[in-house]
Amino acid sequence: MVEMNLNRRQFLKLSGAAAATLAVVELGFNEKKAYAASKELKIAKATVTPTICCFCGVGCGILVHTKNNTVVYTEGDPDNPINEGKLCSKGTTIRQLYTSEKRVLKPRYRAPGSDKWVEKDWDWMLDTIAKRAKETRDKSFVEKENGMIVNKTEAIASLGGAALDNEECYLLAKMMRGLGVTYLEHQARI
Amino acid sequence: MTNHWNDLQYTDCALIIGGNPAENHPISFRWLTKAKEKGGKIVSVDPRFTRTSAMADHYAPLRSGTDIPFIGGMIKYAIENNLIHKEYVAKYTNASFIVKESYKFEDGLFTGYDEAKRAYDKTQWAWETTEDGKPVKDETLEHPRSVFQLMKKHYSRYDVDTVTSVTGTPKEDYLKVCEMFCSTGKVGKSGTIMYAMGATQHTVGTQNVRSYAMLQLLLGNIGLPGGGINAMRGESNVQGSTDFALLFDNLPGYLGMTKAIPEHATLKAHLEKETPKSGYWSNKPKFIVSLLKAWYGPNATADNEFGYQFLPKGNKNYSHINLFNAMYKGELEGAFLFGTNPVVGGPNAGKEKEALGNLKWMVAVDLWETESSAFWQKEAGSDPAKINTEVFLLPACSSYEKEGSVSNSSRWMQYRWQAIKPVGESKADLEIMHELMTKIKALYKNESTPAAKQVNAVHWNYGEGKEIDIDLVCKEINGYDVNTGKQINGFGNLKDDGSTCSGNWIYCGFYPEEGKNLAQRRDSKDTGMSMYLNWSFAWPMNRRIIYNRAAADPSGKPWSKEKAVIWWDAAQNKWAGYDVPDFVATKKPTDPGFTDPFIMIADGVAGLYAPTLNDGPFPEHYEPYESPIPNAFSSQEINPAITLFDGDFNKRGFKVDYPIVATTYRVSEHWQSGTMTRNQEWLSELVPYMYVEMSEELAKEKGINNKDEIIVSSARGEVKAYAMVTKRFKPHTVKGKKIHQIGMPWHFGYKGIATGDTANRLTPHIGDANTMIPEYKAFLCDVRRAD
Repeated sequence: MVEMNLNRRQFLKLSGAAAATLAVVELGFNEKKAYAASKELKIAKATVTPTICCFCGVGCGILVHTKNNTVVYTEGDPDNPINEGKLCSKGTTIRQLYTSEKRVLKPRYRAPGSDKWVEKDWDWMLDTIAKRAKETRDKSFVEKENGMIVNKTEAIASLGGAALDNEECYLLAKMMRGLGVTYLEHQARI
Repeated sequence: MTNHWNDLQYTDCALIIGGNPAENHPISFRWLTKAKEKGGKIVSVDPRFTRTSAMADHYAPLRSGTDIPFIGGMIKYAIENNLIHKEYVAKYTNASFIVKESYKFEDGLFTGYDEAKRAYDKTQWAWETTEDGKPVKDETLEHPRSVFQLMKKHYSRYDVDTVTSVTGTPKEDYLKVCEMFCSTGKVGKSGTIMYAMGATQHTVGTQNVRSYAMLQLLLGNIGLPGGGINAMRGESNVQGSTDFALLFDNLPGYLGMTKAIPEHATLKAHLEKETPKSGYWSNKPKFIVSLLKAWYGPNATADNEFGYQFLPKGNKNYSHINLFNAMYKGELEGAFLFGTNPVVGGPNAGKEKEALGNLKWMVAVDLWETESSAFWQKEAGSDPAKINTEVFLLPACSSYEKEGSVSNSSRWMQYRWQAIKPVGESKADLEIMHELMTKIKALYKNESTPAAKQVNAVHWNYGEGKEIDIDLVCKEINGYDVNTGKQINGFGNLKDDGSTCSGNWIYCGFYPEEGKNLAQRRDSKDTGMSMYLNWSFAWPMNRRIIYNRAAADPSGKPWSKEKAVIWWDAAQNKWAGYDVPDFVATKKPTDPGFTDPFIMIADGVAGLYAPTLNDGPFPEHYEPYESPIPNAFSSQEINPAITLFDGDFNKRGFKVDYPIVATTYRVSEHWQSGTMTRNQEWLSELVPYMYVEMSEELAKEKGINNKDEIIVSSARGEVKAYAMVTKRFKPHTVKGKKIHQIGMPWHFGYKGIATGDTANRLTPHIGDANTMIPEYKAFLCDVRRAD
C-alpha cells in the first residue's frame, strides 16, 4: 500500500467538491471543524488508494475510496501533475466498474453446439484450457523447416493486451513466445 | 509521444490532425488551453467540426484520406516561403545526403517496383557512400540529388490548387493553416503535431505520420519543448503493450522478432544481420542476450546460444487481418482473447465474427460478457447448434482491484495500487497467466518432445505456491546481474555475455536498486519546465523529451532561451538543463557522434528520406482503397505496396454503388468497443444509441430528418442507426464536384446496457503497406431511410 500524506491543502482539494465548498464556506477554513464535519460524509474513514485511469492514454490519477469492502467514491487525484484532480466523464464514473451488476463473477463455459453458459470452477477451467493448448500445440508444432530450427505453432493465436498492466503484457509475451506462438497481436494495430 | 502532456503548454502552435483530444483525451486539453492562455494557437484539421475544432483558433476541413496532399502542400509552402530552420535541417536531418542515380519517381511509382509482387526493390533508393561506407553529403543542400532537392522536387507537384481540389479544403482556410503552423519554423518558436487513429488507420497511415514528422523536422520542431510529434494513445496502456511487444513482428523493447530466414538461423547470424554498425542500436546484442536470460534463465547459456533456438521463427506476416483470414479459413484451432472484442472493434467485423466460429476452442478473459465471447449466441445472429467452438470465459478484475503499472502516451510508467479485493471470483490477468502457464508447464514436465523442450526451457520463477509475486516480475523486467542478483541501474550496464538479464531493455532503470520501483514515485513538485522528473518514471532513463539534444545547436547552446531544455555547461564539463540528456551527460558537443541528436538512427540524423519503408522514401498521395475520385497526382489509384485479399474475405465497394465517404470515431462517454462503458449505467445513459452524423445537405438529398432511423450500407454489410443531421459535416468540394462524407461512432454492439449496431460491419479488411493497420478511417458507403 502506498503512503499518502494528506496535508491541509490536499485535504481541501480532496474532500469532495460540493462538500468541501460547503465546509469551507460554513466553517471558515477551520481545519479541525472541517475534519469533524467530514465524518458525516460517505468517505469519512474510507481508505484512499491512488490509481491511474484505465481508459485513454492520458494517464490521469484517480483516488479510490473504499470502506466496508466496497468502493464508496472515486475522484481525480489532485497530486497527479497530468490532471491535477480533474477528470472526464469516463474517469468520473470509474466506480461503476466495481459496482456494475454486469460484471462476470464466476468462470463460464460454453460446450460445442450448446446455446448456454455453464458456470464452472477455476481449476476445472484452467486445467481444461491447459489441456486444449497442449493438444493443439503438440499436433501443430513445427520443430524444423527447410533444415532450420523454427519451434513454432501456427494454430494458436493470442489477441489483446492494451488494457493490461505492463507486468501482465510482459508475462503474456513471455508465455506466448514460450509456447511457440507466432500469431501474437493486440489493439495497437487495430 | 516524443514529448509529454504537460509539455503542450509550451507550444506556440498545435496542429491537431487525425485526432480529437477535446473528446477522446479530454484532460490533455487543459494543457492546450494553458498554451492558449500564453498566446499559443490551436489549429484543427478534420473532416468533421469536432469539439477540438470548436476550441481551436482555426479550423480547416479535409476529406478523409487526404493527409499527404494536405501536408505535402505545407512542405512546399514552408520551403518556398523560406520558413524552414535551415541549420537544423542541414545538421540534424538527412537533407544533405546524396541519393544514388538509380532513384527515380515517375507517375506515382518509385524505381524498383515489381507489379506482380506489389513490392519495391529498395536497394535502388540507397545513398551514395564514401569508401568507408558513410553517406556522401552536401551541407549546402544544393546538390540536385541531395535529399533536400529531391524532396523539394517531389512536393513541387503539391501546389495549393491541386491540393485543395483533392482535400476539399477551402483555399483560404488551407493557406491560413500553412501560415499559422509554418510560423513555428522561426528560432524561438515551437509547434507540435498531435495525431491519433485518424492518421494511422489508412492504407497510407505510416506515410501520413511520416509526412507530419518531415514537416516538423523542416521547421526544427523535434526535441523542443512545445514541439515534437505526438501520437495520442487511445488506451491506458497501449504504449506499454506495444513496448512489451504484443505484436507478431516484435520482441520486447522494439527488438525485431526472429524469422524463419537463413540470416536468423543462429544467434550469431541474427546479431550480425540485425545490429547496425553505428547509433545506439549498435548495442542491440546486449539487449537481446539480456532478454534471452530473462526468458530462459539458467536454461540460457553461452553453449546453447543463450536459448535463442527456443524462440519461434515465423515465415509470414501474422498481423491482425492475416490472423482473421487464417482463422476464417480454419487454419487456427485455438485463440486467447485478453480484454479485446474484435466482433465490435475489428475491421469487417461481421466476417471476424464468422471466423471465430471456425475455432475449436477460444478463451476470453474479460470483466464482462462481450460480443466476442458470446459470438455463438442467437442474439449475435448465430445458430448455436451449428457452432462447435468451445468457449471459456474467465472473469478478470478491474484495474484498481489489482496492482501494476501502465505507461501513458508520455511514456510515463505510473503505478496503480490495489484499492480493493477483486469482485466475485474475478482475478488479475497476471494471476490467470501465471496459473495457466504453471499448469501447462506441469503437463509437459515429464516429456521431451521438441514441443515440450520449448515450454520446459521457459524460466517461470515468480514465487512459491499458487500466487504470483509481482515484485519479482518488475525486477525481471528491469533486469539484474544473474550472478549477484543485484538490480541493474540502466541499460548502459546490460551485457551480451549472459551475466545480466532484462525483460525489456527500454525500461531498464525503473527499478535500479532493491526496494526502489520508480514507477511508484509520487513527488509532484515541478522540477523545471514541467518535467516532473520525480513523478513516476519515463522510459528511456526517465527522459521526458526524447531527442532533446536537438533543442540545442551543434555547439551545445540552446537554439533560443525560450525553448531551452538541455545545454552544455562548460564550467561543470557536462550537459545541464531541465531534462535527462538523450545520451551520456559528460560527452562534449565536439566529441565524435555527439552533435548527432537522433541517436537511435544509424546515421545519427533524422530521416526526411526513408529508404526502408515498403511504399517509398517520400510520402506520396494515393487514394484510399475505396475512393470517390481518381487520383489527381498520378495514375496509381491506390497504394501500390498494399496487400490485396480475395473478394470473399474483403468485398470492395465502388463509387457507383457507394458514393459517400465514411469514417468512424469515438465519443467522450464511451471507450473503444464499448465493453467497459456500455456496461456502466451513467455512461450508457449519457450516450445510449448508435447514430450517424451527416450534413444537412446530404439529409435533404436523401429525405432524412434528424433522429430518423437510417440504414448505412457498404460492400461488407449494413447497420441501422439514428440520423444526427448536423452542421458539423459539410459536403466537400472535390475537383469541382460535391462529395458527401458521414461519420459514426464505433462503440456499439448488442451486449451491455446501451446497445446498437456495430459500425465495423461496414469497414474493410485492408491494411497499411508497412503496418497492416486497417483502413477504418476512409471507406465508401450509401445511406437510406430505414422505413
